Amino acid sequence: MSGFTPASSMPVFVHRSRRGAELVLLILALAVGIGAYAAVGLGVQEKMPVDLVGYGTWLVALLVAAHIGVRLMAPYADPVLLPLVAMLNGFGLAVIHRLDLAMKAGDGVFARQQLIWMTIGIVLFLIALFVVPDHRMLQRFTYTAGLAAVVLLILPMLPLIGKEINGARIWINIGPVGFQPGEVAKVLLVICFAGYLAVHRDALALAGRRFVGIDLPRGRDLGPLLMMWVISLAILVLQRDLGSSLLFYGLFVVTLYVATERKGWIVVGGLLFAGGVFAAISLFSHVRVRVLTWLNPFDYYPEPLNGTSSGQLVEGLFGMAWGGMIGRGFGSGEPWRVPYANSDFIIPAIGEELGLTALLALLLCYGLIVERGLRTAIVARDDFGKLLSVGLATSVALQTFVVVGGVTGLIPLTGLTTPFLSYGGSSLVANWVIVALLLRVSDQSRRPLPTAPSDEDLAAEETQIVKLDKGAMTK
Amino acid sequence: MSELTLFLIRVAYLAILWIFVLAALSVIRSDMFGARVTNASAGQPAAPGRGKSPAARAPRRGVPTHVAVTTGSNAGVTVPLSQAPIVIGRGSDAAIILDDDYASTRHARIAVSGDQWFVEDLGSTNGTYIGSVRINQPTAISLGTQVRIGKTILELRK
Repeated sequence: MSGFTPASSMPVFVHRSRRGAELVLLILALAVGIGAYAAVGLGVQEKMPVDLVGYGTWLVALLVAAHIGVRLMAPYADPVLLPLVAMLNGFGLAVIHRLDLAMKAGDGVFARQQLIWMTIGIVLFLIALFVVPDHRMLQRFTYTAGLAAVVLLILPMLPLIGKEINGARIWINIGPVGFQPGEVAKVLLVICFAGYLAVHRDALALAGRRFVGIDLPRGRDLGPLLMMWVISLAILVLQRDLGSSLLFYGLFVVTLYVATERKGWIVVGGLLFAGGVFAAISLFSHVRVRVLTWLNPFDYYPEPLNGTSSGQLVEGLFGMAWGGMIGRGFGSGEPWRVPYANSDFIIPAIGEELGLTALLALLLCYGLIVERGLRTAIVARDDFGKLLSVGLATSVALQTFVVVGGVTGLIPLTGLTTPFLSYGGSSLVANWVIVALLLRVSDQSRRPLPTAPSDEDLAAEETQIVKLDKGAMTK
Repeated sequence: MSELTLFLIRVAYLAILWIFVLAALSVIRSDMFGARVTNASAGQPAAPGRGKSPAARAPRRGVPTHVAVTTGSNAGVTVPLSQAPIVIGRGSDAAIILDDDYASTRHARIAVSGDQWFVEDLGSTNGTYIGSVRINQPTAISLGTQVRIGKTILELRK
């Protein structure tokens, strides 16, 4: 992993801008989003939704704004990322709207709120692209970001503004709006890890003693990182937020592994994780319940056993089984049987009404988002950019894995939102900012190298001139 | 609405979903294989004066051997290029330690690739300039190119 690769004799990739391809994909993404909205109307209410034109116009306006923003501020950015997240977001909106109709919870109250959050998300996306013209300036805020993340994580535990919902104290109230600061802390922690490791990765990888085949780094190199990480994990465990703890832990191990290129970290991370899980199972009853319902979900359904119920998980599994290959169709399933179908359990809701075919398409989209993030890391020219994009891509990957694995019974269920799909403002907004940062790094790394000052400039200064290689000039 | 219509809507919708996914994949594919690959040495067009072999030009242009601070409070400091990559900044671990309030701790770096020297800004606050242009990518420099960092100017010397 070298941050400095402008070799003059090496073959050099010259990336094209590809904004046209992005526009075409965005139009397709809009077709998916608005089409889903229309299909929901036809399936559930047996008529075209009356506000289809207004809704469609709003969605088009949002994405056109995002596209123009990218054209102006990050012209060489990756062409696929924005359409992928736009599609997931639009699709999620339609599914949330469908669940609103089913639950008769007012007229489209969740979908409307989600649309407002999406608008805020895209505004923040544009602001992030504007205020961060070069991702390397974020490296200056390494420790500030770490501190801010810890403060944000503590906020929900304070009286007055903190709020406990469903046993997890991860919310704060800003006026009438509830917000999960942990989602923002996630982005800040990625910046913090990347900034710290970009500077200290050599010391971490090379200095230190060797112990049973693993190079242990010196305490002073690892110390600050470990402290930050322990603080954030301790807060999350106190708040009983299992999903986020898992996310932060995985993020930490992956970033450390990528930065140091030492496989030992995966081993150490895995062992520590196994130990942590074992301890959590024996110490905390709420963790034990999750594991028990994961191993034997049908023991706790339909009647709760010893006060433990797995109704949510089992109803979700029933939904996906009932959906089968191509689903029951919008309006023909019963996805409202699952509590929180619009946030944590949106995947079973989609599986029931559109089947495995749609779920595979969505999972493929998540895979592509992660692939584009890692691809950005590969072409990035500086260490910080590489680690930042690896961290951001990993956060999307882990979040998707934790929630999809949880609802499909692959791993114990822990609450997290499905990125971009689920109802949840904080998560949506934070994920849009993640996309903005990924596009920023990708724009920086795909942009052709600026040419050195022209020969005329140098000649005017009466200096000797070296003919630059064409490749070095146009790369 | 009839069962058949709903079925057709569902299938059509799934088709749109997959068309989107396949379109995204094809863009990724074209991005991977469609990128222009220029081989820097081979791709150079026959410019006038190309007839001269690089070897013939070499003695005239000379090979830089050290980097020197020409202007600023550290003027006169030189560091041999054999120590490359050379980190320039206010920090104590920099190879050229600048006493310049406008420089960052790790401000810029001079490194070699092949026989071409590059200067790269390390995310400094006030930027690194070549002439009046602020650089934001590793930029090729040659003998005598003036690289400005804060109030300091450096250049490669023979």
